[in-house]
Amino acid sequence: MPLFLNDEQTMLRDTARDFVSENAPVAHLRRLRDSDDKTGFDRALWKQFAEMGFTGILIREDAGGLGLGHVEAGVVLEEIGRNLSPSPFLTTAVAAVAALHNTAQAERWFPGILSGETVAALAIDEGAKHRDRVALRAERAGNGFRLSGAKQFVTHGHVADLLIVAARTGGSDDEAEGVTLFAVPADAAGLTATPERLADSSVAARLTFEGVAVDADAVIGEVDAGRGPLDRLLRAGRTGASAELLGVGGGAMDMTVAYLKQRKQFGTLIGSFQALQHRAAHLYAEMEVARAAVLKAQQLLDAGDAAADQAVSVAKAMTGLATTLSVQEGIQMHGGIGMTDEYDIGFFMKRARVLAEMFGDTNFHADRVARGRGY
Amino acid sequence: MSDLDTFRSETRAWLEENCPPEMRAPIVSEKDVVWGGRDQSRLTAPQKIWLDRMAARGWTVPDWPTDYGGGGLSAAETKVLREEMARIKARNPLNSFGISMLGPALLKYGTEAQKLEHLPKIARGEIRWCQGYSEPNAGSDLASLATSAEDAGDHFVVNGQKVWTSYADQADWIFCLVRTDKTTKQGGISFVLFDMASPGVSTKPILLISGYSPFCETFFDDVKVPKANLVGELNKGWDVAKYLLGHEREMISGMGLSGGGDALVEGALATVGVDAEGRLADPLLRAKIALYEVRALAFAAQSERFIDELKAGHAHPAQPSMMKYYGTELNKARHELAMAAGGSDAVEWESERSGGGRAARAWLRTKANSIEGGTSEIQLNIVAKRILELPG
Repeated sequence: MPLFLNDEQTMLRDTARDFVSENAPVAHLRRLRDSDDKTGFDRALWKQFAEMGFTGILIREDAGGLGLGHVEAGVVLEEIGRNLSPSPFLTTAVAAVAALHNTAQAERWFPGILSGETVAALAIDEGAKHRDRVALRAERAGNGFRLSGAKQFVTHGHVADLLIVAARTGGSDDEAEGVTLFAVPADAAGLTATPERLADSSVAARLTFEGVAVDADAVIGEVDAGRGPLDRLLRAGRTGASAELLGVGGGAMDMTVAYLKQRKQFGTLIGSFQALQHRAAHLYAEMEVARAAVLKAQQLLDAGDAAADQAVSVAKAMTGLATTLSVQEGIQMHGGIGMTDEYDIGFFMKRARVLAEMFGDTNFHADRVARGRGY
Repeated sequence: MSDLDTFRSETRAWLEENCPPEMRAPIVSEKDVVWGGRDQSRLTAPQKIWLDRMAARGWTVPDWPTDYGGGGLSAAETKVLREEMARIKARNPLNSFGISMLGPALLKYGTEAQKLEHLPKIARGEIRWCQGYSEPNAGSDLASLATSAEDAGDHFVVNGQKVWTSYADQADWIFCLVRTDKTTKQGGISFVLFDMASPGVSTKPILLISGYSPFCETFFDDVKVPKANLVGELNKGWDVAKYLLGHEREMISGMGLSGGGDALVEGALATVGVDAEGRLADPLLRAKIALYEVRALAFAAQSERFIDELKAGHAHPAQPSMMKYYGTELNKARHELAMAAGGSDAVEWESERSGGGRAARAWLRTKANSIEGGTSEIQLNIVAKRILELPG
């Protein structure tokens, strides 16, 4: 398979580009923020995503979805990133769908995701840095389980209909085995969500579970064998976040390059200065390399290739590096105006920082590459 | 089974049977690289067998037309062949500026007679080529070159000097940029081919910081060049040169692809060892190697994407500049890390244990990567102007 988008994928990209830039440009994020919106996104827009078929991209055709892959999901995510559109697409239509895929829970939740009624949130992080560690306990109680512990950095956690929770049913906190994944309804008793607005104006919740009771059928996959669906969730989430980062970095770069062609200093366009040209060209190179890494990860994931795992970490680490560079150069090359709230470039920097932390930062994934290669 | 699957299984079987075991080992020194040329006495028996067998199938240049000694393979088949060669770690049977640079230019700009004369000899490794571009006052500003070719009826008379001519002292023929009109800059350059054994050609190796002399100064004193050896139109050699430079940049960007993560880890393991959890015991060195690997693996994907786009005909024409820039900077970073991983062992210069200072000399060699074939700064200029379309 050649490493570029095929004709169908290019058409989907054009559709997504038009849809997202028309309905949720950066001004949409600014409006939500300025109106002190408490949800973190626009439910009506989420419905429109569903009407476009986007929420079913990764859902199999026999379940009513489009039956497409991570390349296609990434095409949509890149446009979301480019426009800084607040959306539960990554958590719901990508990561949650990947976790629920081929499990008994799919039947229950997919129709709502397809129709745009359901929003899913991922309760997987327990510290300020993403780790594989799972300490939240799920103890058997009667016909089901009781969950106790805490999660944080749960995007949309305060408004989600479905929470996907990684819990420990056996083993010690750092062990890979003994993890079980649960689909927890948002209204479960004993569950408290404390929403916090983040730097990028999105809202993430800290969740506490105080003996939250769930039925046995809330288990996604098998008890003690949650690593399977959790790894699917993580691979999809990490790849998706990489695609969104690519959009954020690309959007910031386009804005910056356009500014270089328009802003005059010393009576001449600043884009003619070699010092800035070289930095812009270097940034372009980093973004191109990051783009290739993302596409490689998506294609390997879709092919079910064993090499996908490493490629996913390379993509997340590389987009973290490239997009951070892009937003930093963006502010610097814009000069003072880049520091003003009125101008959009700062929004890109904020979003990039949040996405860089989501599903593991560059260091986390570089470390994963090193471990995978045995050093 | 698709045709491509059949091709893969046949290729796999053929390689298995025909690639000598000695040719399935990593290249460790310069003498392991086969350059071909009139003097083949330097080749070992397995090198010769491997070259001849691959050349007989046209697989030294798999995607060239069969009429010119190529394999006539499609882009997809060529990719399969490369994958299957990589699978058994088969060495490149032939390294050649004829293949990577002159060949593509001749295929595009050469006359039928020039193609039939030169391409099959390149494919079989019979003629070793060198490139006469740079001059003492025309490096990054290549169009300032002064070596002249005077019209003398049926031939040109060439006078002047070239510099940084890779392996000129071992080459049989040269492809050379000469000035045929002094009144304009880029518009007065022509692209000619001639035999390095022609009277009036002399070379002088340049000793480098690595202790090696891969480059030469090359002098032309009233060298007679038949007019039939002019490639493309008179005074329009700049077009040929630019096309060829694109291929040269692609080739050099391949250096960033050499990966090398394994060698870095091995080197570091030998010097710092592992901690209780089996990780490299120097955490900062480990982190640097890991971040290098992220970039190297991402760049490998970019190289694959670049080749796929080139073959599909939708790569931006200035993209080789980006690849050359990134690949060579990455390669320099890798060798800098290799030296750090190797510690004092890596700075040994002449000892047997160090292979005659292999690591140190290779490290020093890479410092030329971002200068040769157009400096990094020139590549960034090209990206800025032609891809990002920045002003001025």
